[in-house]
Amino acid sequence: MSHVLGQRTATPDTPGRAVGEAPRPDPIQALDPRTRILAAAAFAVVTVSLSDLVLLTVSLLLAVVAMLTARLAPGPTLKRMVMMDGFIFVLLLMLPFTVPGPVAFTVLGWPASWPGLEKAAAIALKANAIVLMLLSLVGSMDPTTLGHALARLKAPMALVHLLLFTVRYIGVIDDEYHRMRRAMKARGFRPRTNGHTLRSVGYLIGMLLVRALERSERILQAMKCRGFTGHLPLLDTLRFGARDAVFAVLLAGVLTGLLVLDLSHVALL
Amino acid sequence: MSPCFEATDLHFAYPHRPPVLAGASMTLVPGERLAITGPNGAGKSTLMQILVGLLRPQAGRVVAFGTERREEADFAEVRRRAGYVFQDPDDQLFCPTVAEDIAFGPLNIGQSRDEALRTVTRVLDQVGLTGFADRVTHKLSGGEKRLVSLASVLAMEPDVLLLDEPTNALDEETTDRMVTVLNALPQAMIVISHDAHFRRKVVTRTLRLRDGVLVDPQPTCRHAQSAE
Repeated sequence: MSHVLGQRTATPDTPGRAVGEAPRPDPIQALDPRTRILAAAAFAVVTVSLSDLVLLTVSLLLAVVAMLTARLAPGPTLKRMVMMDGFIFVLLLMLPFTVPGPVAFTVLGWPASWPGLEKAAAIALKANAIVLMLLSLVGSMDPTTLGHALARLKAPMALVHLLLFTVRYIGVIDDEYHRMRRAMKARGFRPRTNGHTLRSVGYLIGMLLVRALERSERILQAMKCRGFTGHLPLLDTLRFGARDAVFAVLLAGVLTGLLVLDLSHVALL
Repeated sequence: MSPCFEATDLHFAYPHRPPVLAGASMTLVPGERLAITGPNGAGKSTLMQILVGLLRPQAGRVVAFGTERREEADFAEVRRRAGYVFQDPDDQLFCPTVAEDIAFGPLNIGQSRDEALRTVTRVLDQVGLTGFADRVTHKLSGGEKRLVSLASVLAMEPDVLLLDEPTNALDEETTDRMVTVLNALPQAMIVISHDAHFRRKVVTRTLRLRDGVLVDPQPTCRHAQSAE
């Protein structure tokens, strides 16, 4: 639905830009959104299969280069990346102490092994490189553009619809939440640590869910009234250009290089 | 001329609730503008949803455009020919931009992209929102949203318009604009409205939904009398 007609206003050298998005003439935006998704996926697969720490550092550097090329603000982007690290922090912490091998150091009598440290470093490098590349290539995309590109890449339509509807309605639901919060405040509600607060917040969340469900039913009805039969007509002018070809060849070269080096390194050992 | 809608003896109750419709009947002929009034929760919106098959009555017949409609498949054509404008425009406008939203219906009924774009321009002119095509839907004002949702329905080129409280929460200026737009349209209409001034300016006949049946209203104030 998004981008049904949006491409009309995009200039020819910036395919995949949504209506209303400010012109951002950086090299990443100039690529077809599908190229960016596929590139991020290929990068992720290759990075996951690397085992050499030096090569993993190279792929993290590649991701940093991508971030700079996409002209993302490094501060917030790196912050988002670090948020992901929070999820694997415990795992990274545990690994040196659980993998058997030569002892590197001991903490309170617990030995940390070299192979464990190496594994932890490898996982940290892989995860951060992949997340940073995703943020740079895919995260810099307008969400509706992403939905549209996924549809063209034959992603399951149910998922694409979910994404596009989330983009459209998350603001409506957020407004509803704030309206109800204001109404609660207007009647003197102040969150405290007590049963009344828990119950009231529970009602608030429950009411949000109920309203969202009812709204979704009304939206479906309204769509049916305009001839919806389960298929969203998506029209677009997404197209692969010369830039995409150049980018794909370069990336394929780099990724193959990484893989070959990694394999030969393993063979040398 | 055969009626656009002919509903006979409709009965409907929501689960675990007393019936909202208990033998309601109505007819809408081409060119007519029918207002339906009644207290909140009387079943006005329910009646409209039954007419386009979004709800099925427990008993009664719906004849639309000369054919009796029973199944979901029967109502596909009804929904194309009877444009339903929902009460809350946020339910209706689900695309990022105005143009995409208005084009949704035309594309569904098989117009090409260029045809759909021409339709967008035409209906935006019709509702007085020329140049709004590239605006972002959720950033429109309440009145603009209402007019765009009307435009999105007009884009289907319906024979009948079903309007659920079209002036609800609109300011006077936008209400007047709505009146002007509606009066310039050739379609037959069913309008749910609590606004007596609005009804007086737009409709040709009024029915009141009371205790589950549609009756000719007994005028209680001069606005309602002049709406007759």
